[in-house]
Amino acid sequence: MNERPNQPLALISVFVSGLLFGLGLAVSAMVNPAKVIGFLDLAGNWDPSLALVMAGGLAITLPAFRLVLKRDRPLLESRFFLPTSKDVDKRLLSGAMLFGIGWGLAGLCPGPALTSLVTLNGSVWLFFAAMIGGMLLHRFALES
Amino acid sequence: MENFTPLSALLGGALIGIAATLMLWINGRITGISGILGGVLFPVKTDALWRILFILGLFSGALLFMLVRGAPIELAPQASPLLSIVAGLLVGFGTRLGSGCTSGHGICGIARVSKRSFAATLMFMITAVITVFLVRHVLGAGS
Repeated sequence: MNERPNQPLALISVFVSGLLFGLGLAVSAMVNPAKVIGFLDLAGNWDPSLALVMAGGLAITLPAFRLVLKRDRPLLESRFFLPTSKDVDKRLLSGAMLFGIGWGLAGLCPGPALTSLVTLNGSVWLFFAAMIGGMLLHRFALES
Repeated sequence: MENFTPLSALLGGALIGIAATLMLWINGRITGISGILGGVLFPVKTDALWRILFILGLFSGALLFMLVRGAPIELAPQASPLLSIVAGLLVGFGTRLGSGCTSGHGICGIARVSKRSFAATLMFMITAVITVFLVRHVLGAGS
């Protein structure tokens, strides 16, 4: 964090955000791959829950982000750190496509995979290790 | 649709929304898990500490849930070990290439009315649905 790096209050609030986020993933059962696949499997025994998780989240963030972004700066930082890219390009779409395939194969995306490491489930750890591998691969194959 | 859990889904989603709002309001950051994780792997200056604390928060949230419920988190893996590895590689590589995942694009990006995030969310939703259809109903694998 820039001006006042790592000030305690900011770090505590980040921890609280993480805690609420992890709690939300657990409460909504999105940490369970079976629940996610149940949503993605339109032709199977369809479970719309994931759509309501998105709806519940957006019901908060849509109005709240609008209000927050009217401020000049956040409470404990000198500025907002927002993505600057504006174009829908091939990179964005092919990345989202690869992610979608992986998500559909295992029913895990980064948030639930990371959060459910605490369950010590071997399958999640394997997925997570491979996911880190994929991130490293991207870094060293494309960015350097 | 007997698996449908509308109340816990809405409540959990709202908690995620509150978490993302606090992060933006107080710290000015987007709550994108793949981005936060990527920043720990490839840290820039003093930028890693808050990310690690967020991740510790995630773990604590899951542990708190188990503590309050007095039961482990229900988790039914859907992929064989080999498939888990392939899926993990795709998710890791894809979220970095596409600059985000379900949280960064799906929850935060759409809330910022970002054209990129709308497009990315639509794309990964559609490809995931097609993938599940092919795996479950065409190739006949899975449960």
